[in-house]
Amino acid sequence: MRVVVAILLLSASGGAAQAQAVAPAGGVFGSPFRFTETNGASIYQSVCAGCHMADGRGAVGAGVYPALAHDPRLEVAPYPIALVLHGQRAMPPFARYLSDQQIADVVGFIRQSFGNAYAEPVLVGDVQAAR
Amino acid sequence: MNTASPTTTRRDLLSLIGAVAGGSAMYLAMNSLGHAQESDYRGPVRLEGDPKGASVLVLGAGVAGMVAALELRKAGYRVQVLDYNDRAGGRTWSLRGGDRYTELGGETQECRFSPGLYLNPGPWRIPYHHRGMLDYCKRLGVALEPFVQVNHNAFLHSKAAFGGQPQRYRTIQADFHGTVSSLLAQAVSGDRLDDAVSAGDREVLMAALRSFGGLGANNSYTSGIEASMRRGWDKPPGGGLSAEPVSSVVHSASDVLQSRLWRALAVALDYDYQTTLFQPVGGMDMIAKAFAREVGDLIRLNTKVTAIQQDEHGVSASWMDTRSGESGQARADWCLCTIPLSVLSQIEMNVGLAMSAAIAAVPYAPGMKIGLQFRRRFWEQDDAIYGGISYTDLPISQIGYPNSGYFQDGPGVLLGAYPFGPYAYEFTAMAPAERIRRAVAFGAAIHPQYAAEFEHGMAVGWHRVPGAMGCYGQWTDAARAQHYRNLCALDGRILLAGEHASYIPAWQEGALLSSLDAITRLHQRVMAG
Repeated sequence: MRVVVAILLLSASGGAAQAQAVAPAGGVFGSPFRFTETNGASIYQSVCAGCHMADGRGAVGAGVYPALAHDPRLEVAPYPIALVLHGQRAMPPFARYLSDQQIADVVGFIRQSFGNAYAEPVLVGDVQAAR
Repeated sequence: MNTASPTTTRRDLLSLIGAVAGGSAMYLAMNSLGHAQESDYRGPVRLEGDPKGASVLVLGAGVAGMVAALELRKAGYRVQVLDYNDRAGGRTWSLRGGDRYTELGGETQECRFSPGLYLNPGPWRIPYHHRGMLDYCKRLGVALEPFVQVNHNAFLHSKAAFGGQPQRYRTIQADFHGTVSSLLAQAVSGDRLDDAVSAGDREVLMAALRSFGGLGANNSYTSGIEASMRRGWDKPPGGGLSAEPVSSVVHSASDVLQSRLWRALAVALDYDYQTTLFQPVGGMDMIAKAFAREVGDLIRLNTKVTAIQQDEHGVSASWMDTRSGESGQARADWCLCTIPLSVLSQIEMNVGLAMSAAIAAVPYAPGMKIGLQFRRRFWEQDDAIYGGISYTDLPISQIGYPNSGYFQDGPGVLLGAYPFGPYAYEFTAMAPAERIRRAVAFGAAIHPQYAAEFEHGMAVGWHRVPGAMGCYGQWTDAARAQHYRNLCALDGRILLAGEHASYIPAWQEGALLSSLDAITRLHQRVMAG
C-alpha cells in the first residue's frame, strides 16, 4: 500500500532548490522515483551502504548482508549486475530506480573498491543486455 | 489569481480529467496489488477436537507467531516459540526513553524521550475494518484511542508550490473541489458534455457539483462566504461588535492544479485510511505486551534460528542463543514459521522447490521512521494542529503529530519522517544522527519552530533492523500469480505465516489472518491423522 501511496503524494518535478540547501553533492534526495546520484561512489554510499555498509563489510543479524570486501564473486561482472537489477532473496531489485549507466557505475565502483581489484570496466551495454 | 477561471478551455478540461484519471488509475493499481482488500476475519478461530498432545514449534514471536501460540495452546497443542529479538512483538514495537536500539552496522541509539512519549517504528494505526486486530485488542484488554488520519488543519507542502509556503489541508481540499466542480459545471451548462450526460441527469449533476464544490452564483468557485465556509476565513466569524467575518481568497485553478498538493487528498479516499482508525493507548507495543502476557511463558527470546529440518516424524530447528552463544535444537511434530522472508530465505530448510522458490521471490521494501522530541507542542500551541498528518514532497514525506496527550505543557514527540522508495533507502544509508539532522532541517520548511525547539530523536531504517532486514514483503502481481499459493501451502510438516503470507501486506491484520488461516489448516491436517 504505502509505496504506491507515497509515490502518489510526491511531485515528479525536480524543482529541488530548497532541498539543495540540506543536500550534499552527489545528488542524494533528488527524486522520490529514482536515484539521482551520478557516480559509482556516491550511488554506493547513498543506496548500497544501507545494508552492505559504508566500508563494504556487510552485516549479520537474524540473516546476513554479505560483505562485498574481498569478494571473489565480483570477478564476473554479470553476476553483480543481475543482482542489482533483479534482486535475490534479501536483496531488493533496483531496475526501476537506477539507470543502466548508474548500475554500470556502481558495479564498477564495487569491483574496484574494498580490496577488490577487477580492472575491466563495466559497460552500459552489459547492463542493457541483462535488464 | 483570486478567482477560478471563468471560462473553461478544452485544454483545462483535458488536464483536469488527466489529473482525476491519474488518481483513479493509481487506485486501481493499488487494488490489484492487494492493498485495498477487506479483512475476512469472521470471529474467533475454532480448533475443535483433541490434537492428542501434538506439538507445534512456532518460529517468530510477532503478531502472527503469538496469535498462533495463543490459539494452539488453547486447542490443546504443546507449543514452544523461538524469537531472535530480546523482546516479543517483532515489528509491533515502540521506542521509549531508556530504550537502547542497535541497528545493523553497530550504531546504537539511546532513546531519551520524556516519560510517556514514544515512537512506533513499525505499524502505528489500525483501520476500523481490520476486525481481527480489533477483536484481539478487545479480548486481550488493549485500550484503543482514535488515530487521526485526516486533519483539515494540518499542512500540505511542496517545495515548488506557493513559494514553498505550506498550505492548510482544508484550503487545498476546498479549492480543488471547487475548481473541479466549477470547470465541470461550466462544461455541462455549456452543452459540452451532452454526449456523456443525459438531459435528465444534467440538472442533478449541476446540483451535485454546486454542493460538492461549494459553488456560488454562476456556478463559479470564487472568494466569498461560500468558499470560506470550507477553506476558512481571513478573519473568522466572532461575537459582539467585531463579529463580522472577512472571507479568505481562493487560489486560482491553475495554481491549485499545478501545485499537485491535491495528490495528498487521495490518501484519505483509500479504504485503508478511511476513518475511523485506532492506535493502542501508550504505544503500538501494548499489543505485543498483551499477547506476551498470554504466551510469554512459551517464548525463548534472543534465539537465532540457523536451520530448519523436517522428516517424516517432525521438525527440528537448530538455534543459537545470541547472548550466551549456546546452541541447541527445538523439535516438534509441526512447525509454523513466521520469520520474515528476507531472513528465512537465508536459512537452510528442507522444503520442496515450490515453497523454496516462493520464499526467495519476495524482496523487502524499505521503510524509515524518525521520531523527534520537541520542548513544546508548538504544532498545537502555535498552529492548532491536533493529531493527524502533514504531507510534503521533501524527502521526509510526512509529519505525523501525536494523537494523544493534547494540550500538555511539556515536550512532545512527532513522527518527523516516513518516506518509502528511494528516499527511504537514502535515509537508511546515513548514520542515525545524520538522518535526524536532515529530518530536522527538512521539517523546518514546514514548521520553522523546529530549529529552536528540537531536543532529540530516534531514527529506524527497516533494512537495518536486525530481526527484520526490511520493512515488508513487496509482492508484485506476477510474483503473486506464480508463488503466493506455494508460499502458503503446507509443505510436509512446515507452514508459513506473516504479513508476507497475506493480501494485506505490511499490515498487522495480514499477519494475524495468515496465521489464523495457517493454524486452521494445520489443525485440520492433524485431526485427519
